[in-house]
Parts: sequence; structure tokens; C-alpha cells
Amino acid sequence: MSRDGQLVGEFFMNGDVASAEGAICAGCRFFAGYPITPATEVAERMAERLPEVGGTFIQMEDEIASMAAILGGSWGGVKSMTSTSGPGFSLMMENLGLGAMTETPCVVVNIQRAGPSTGLPTLTQQGDMMQARWGSHGLYGTIAIAPSSPQEMFELTITAFNLSEKYRTPVLIMSDESVGHMSEKVVIPPMEQIEIFPRRKPTVPVDEYLPFKADADLVPPMGNAGEGYRFHVTGLTHDERGYPDMTAEAQDKLVRRLLDKIELNKDDIIILEEDGIDGAEVVVCSYGISARVALLAVKAAREEGIKVGILRLVTVWPFPDQKIKEIAKKIRAFVVPELNAGQVVLEVERCAGGAAETILVPHMGGAVHDPDVILEAIRKGSK
Amino acid sequence: MTQEFVKFGKREITTDEPFASGHRGCIGCGEALAVRLAMKALGRDVAIANATGCIEIISSPLPDTSWEVPWIHTLFENTAAVASGIESGYKMLMKKGRIPQKHIDVIAIAGDGATADIGIQALSGALERGHDFVYLCFDNEAYMNTGIQRSSSTPYGASTTTAPAGKVITVGQQTQKKNMPAIAVAHNIPYVATASPSYPFDLMEKVKKAADVKGPAYVHILSVCDTGWRIPTNMSVTIGRMAVQTGMFPLYEVENGKYKLNVDKELKPVEEYLKKQGRYRHLSDDEIQKIQEHVTQEYAKLKQLATS
Repeated sequence: MSRDGQLVGEFFMNGDVASAEGAICAGCRFFAGYPITPATEVAERMAERLPEVGGTFIQMEDEIASMAAILGGSWGGVKSMTSTSGPGFSLMMENLGLGAMTETPCVVVNIQRAGPSTGLPTLTQQGDMMQARWGSHGLYGTIAIAPSSPQEMFELTITAFNLSEKYRTPVLIMSDESVGHMSEKVVIPPMEQIEIFPRRKPTVPVDEYLPFKADADLVPPMGNAGEGYRFHVTGLTHDERGYPDMTAEAQDKLVRRLLDKIELNKDDIIILEEDGIDGAEVVVCSYGISARVALLAVKAAREEGIKVGILRLVTVWPFPDQKIKEIAKKIRAFVVPELNAGQVVLEVERCAGGAAETILVPHMGGAVHDPDVILEAIRKGSK
Repeated sequence: MTQEFVKFGKREITTDEPFASGHRGCIGCGEALAVRLAMKALGRDVAIANATGCIEIISSPLPDTSWEVPWIHTLFENTAAVASGIESGYKMLMKKGRIPQKHIDVIAIAGDGATADIGIQALSGALERGHDFVYLCFDNEAYMNTGIQRSSSTPYGASTTTAPAGKVITVGQQTQKKNMPAIAVAHNIPYVATASPSYPFDLMEKVKKAADVKGPAYVHILSVCDTGWRIPTNMSVTIGRMAVQTGMFPLYEVENGKYKLNVDKELKPVEEYLKKQGRYRHLSDDEIQKIQEHVTQEYAKLKQLATS
């Protein structure tokens, strides 16, 4: 452990714990959460570690309060995070929308478990992927990241904080029980090697600051409560000063920017991992644990002589429309394994636009795919 | 008007078990014992809404299910609201003659997290609306089902995974236990009581009384958790009794706003109770003294309420 309490070195830890450590490296010093299987370990780790690095952990009375508290923490000037799973994620939705509307940087870790409702609390699913995009009412852009390993839980939690600060928006880590409870080697580099995007502080004098006046990239700098900046934060439709302006014009201006700041910065936000796509007949497009399980099927298919590539969506939202469109022109089929009845596959299908076949490999959750089922879909796609 | 209430005694308890044995509770689970006693007192003309928590998860999965009565698993936060719906539904169906006129006890069952934290809004709403139902809070003083996280019902000084006795914050839980019975009393409902399975007849009488009164009733039952409190598995009844004898968890009832202490003897030192539990092992003598002072003070307040 380094002097400032950050861990450095090689560790054997599960995905939940790795995410907590990633948050600490990213500078998160406030965590508000509520116990829920299989995300409890994130909160437990933060409860133990935050006091050691001068941060604050609070266990809230429910997930509604947890999400609200991290919005407050972020406005207070502290990088803030919460973690949860299905039922808690549902409870957070209204406050998640408040975070999007008030452009509050924060990170929400969702260790997905099998739903609907209480479902299978201790078992995996990727059933909340569309909820991540559309869960709160109204129109807003979403950034959601899907790690495939404990190492990525560490690294991508840092990425999530960076993106949330850069684009002033809540960022979702859409992990799942398999990755959250998987224990593996996690390498934590020294702080000098970790890239941190600091809060976009106002550069104008205090009396000229407009809290919702965006820079050229559509993102406004953020003054913190108590620093002398005058601001007014509201969930109502507001103008650049932050004051409610309830007209169609103000709505158009604000909401269009909330959507565009994600949509028009897609190239900067989206992270993809590609392998063997050039010359492929079939491309397996997946994310999170399913992408990792698919690797075995891809290997077996390649041994059979099928030309198969991999497109792993490290960020699922915003969706890489252009990339899918381009690939679709060159291949026969996409194979999309996901632990649900077909969510992200709808986006792949939309972007492929009929240029390539789209084969869903569904799974209702409770376990991961049998790689043979994915292999069978690859075979089908190659014919 | 005085209502006649049922008394229970050794030879008068029914052998019927609406909450059957064979559940998945930990060895020595104080909560399962408390639920069993409560169900013996209530009988089978009940409809139960059970929040997510230990009791739900240990008692419901087949083939080990303990419930021989109608039982609904709700969510974590909505037990009192679901019970409100059941009560209103029965009332309407009986009024319209769709089902026979019969008294059915609507029972909400929840742990301390589901009561004092996430479910307090639904509970307050149901108490305020005055539904004729019984809310039983089985308080094991932390989120035990998810692995011992603090709740607002965790006592000061107890170590849990989210309020650990750590290097920087050494005391564990830094806040005092939320006084849920007082919150229930503040709703001006006809009956509020505290109970413990270490005093089985007292518990059964209170649960029965809660079911017999017209309107909402709230019973707060201390349910010793040997796993979370880090005590030997044969100690839960003993520890439960010590909680009462030391004043950590006094037994009392509040009928129409009138307080009555049910066990009122000279208090034993809390140290005897704390020293027997792993969750308090880190406490310094100073902290134990602080807890003693708090308990003495709270007990004096309660006594004053009972005598005024």
C-alpha cells in the first residue's frame, strides 16, 4: 500500500472489490449505498477502505436515498459512487434521471442479477441493459460500460469516473453477478500510471459563471457548492443560469444538448475490442461475461475453419451504430449471445439494417451460456 | 370497555404449527423461534405479507417451506402496503358478499432493515390509514440475509461489515438504535409492544392481543442472530433474556397510548450482555460505560412513561 492509502501491486480479488479499488484510485471519496446481493461487497469494501483514504462511506436507508446522496456528494465537490443490483437499480431510476438532468458526474455500479423482481439474487443475468438506456423517464443520453473481468472492473471503474467528469453525467457500470463474484488476479498500477480526468472547473470569474452554459463540446464546467459560484440546480427544465424555464424552446435547447453531448462525442466515449473482423464471415458481438464465454466458441469455430471475428462492446451505451453498419456490409451474420431474451441484439439488428443476418443466442439467466450453443449459432451464421 | 385477551401457559399452547419445522435457518436462529411462537398464537386464519429478508429466504423455498398458511413474498420496502391491500381487499369482498364473513388476521412480517430503513414509508402510511392489521418486526439488529450489514436498528458499538470496527473508526456502529416502537406509538395506533422469544408466553400474548385489537398494531420482536451477533449457537435464548434483563431491550406494551413495562426488575450491567457477543468484542471499557449510561437513561425515560 502506498502512503496515501492506495493499493499498488498484484491482488487476488473479486470484481466487486476490484470496482471499489478502482473507484478509490479514480479519486472517489464518497460512497452511499444499500446492501443487496450480489453488489454488497462493493459497499463493504468501501466501508472499510474509504475511512483509510480520508473518504466517507454512508449506508443509506434504501437505494432511492443512495442515488440521491451521491448526487448531493458530487455537487459538494467530491467524486461519488453507489452500487446496487436489479431491484435497487429500479429504485434508483428517478434519481438517475435527476442526475442526467442536472448534469451531475457520478458512477453507479450495477452488478446485474436475474430478474424480474427478486428473481435469482445470487445468480447472473444481463437483463438490465435496456433499463440502463431507457430506465428513467424522459429523454437523456446514457453512458454504460460492461466489464468482462475483475481486472476490467478495476480499470473501467476509473474510466467511468473519467467519462462522468468529462461529460458531466452519471455513468453506469453494467456488470453482472458472474464478473462481480469472480475472483482473479487484479494488477493495480502506481498512481502516476493512472490517467485521471479532473472535474471541469469554471475558468470565468465567479460573477460571470453560468452553471449550464456549455463549452464547445456541449459540456458545461462545474463549480461546486461553497466555492462562491452562484448556481441553481433543478430537475425542472432550465436555462443556462439553471433557473426553471418551462417553455418548448428551453426544453428543446436543453434536452437536445443532453442527448447531443453523448451522441456527438460518441467517438471519444465508445470503447470497442475487435479481433479477426477483417475477412470474417461471422462476427460475435457481445459484452460483459457473455463476450468472455463466447471466446471458447470462437476458438472452436476457428479450428473448424469458420472465419469468425469478435466485436466486444466494452461500452454498450452509447451504441456504436457506425461500426456495426460498416461490419454488416462485409459479413454474413452477427451472433449476439447475451444473458437475456434479446436486448442489445435489437440494436445490432437495427444497425445491420438487413445487410447481415442477426442471430440472437438468448439465455434467461441463472448461469452463463454453454459455449456449444454459441458455437452452433456461429456455424448457422456461416452457412 | 375492557377487552378479554387470551393468556398462554405451558399446558395450554396448541400443538398446531402453522410455521412448520424443517426450514433453512441457521442453527439456533432466534428469529425462526419467534416466528414459530407468533404463528402458534395467531393460528391459521391469517394472510401473511412477508418482506424480503432472512425469514423469507429460509422459510419459503421448496421442499423446505414452513408456511402452512396463505403467504405472499413482497419486496423489501412494501410489506405494509401489500398488507394494506390485502386488508382492504378482504373488507370489500366480505362487504359485497363474495367471500364469507370471517375474521382474517392480516399480518405483515419484516426484518429490521425492511421496517426501520427501506420500509418505514410504507409502514407509516399503513399505520396512519388505520388498516386492521398486525405488523411484526423481527429485529435481528442488522441485514443478516445479505451478510451482516448495519441497519438503523443496529445498536451503538456493534461491528458489522458496513460499520466495521476498523482502523480509523474503531467503535463500529456510531449511531444509536432507532426507536421503532416509539415511532409506531407516534401514529396513535391502539397497540404497540416489544417482545422476545426468550419470554415465549409474553410474546404469544402480545401477538394475539395485536391481532385482536381493531386497527393497526405493531409488535417489535428482538430476534437473536447467533451468526451475526457472533455467539455460540446454543445461546440465543439466553442472550435474548439478557437483553431484557440488562435493559438493552426492555419488554413493554403501549395500549391506546398507555405504557406498561412487562418485565421490571433491577437492571443487570450491560457489560454482561456485551461481553458475551463477538460483535462487541472490540469495545473499550469507556465505550461500554457510554452504552451503560445510555441504557440507564433510556430505561428511566421508559419507566417514567409507564408510571405517568
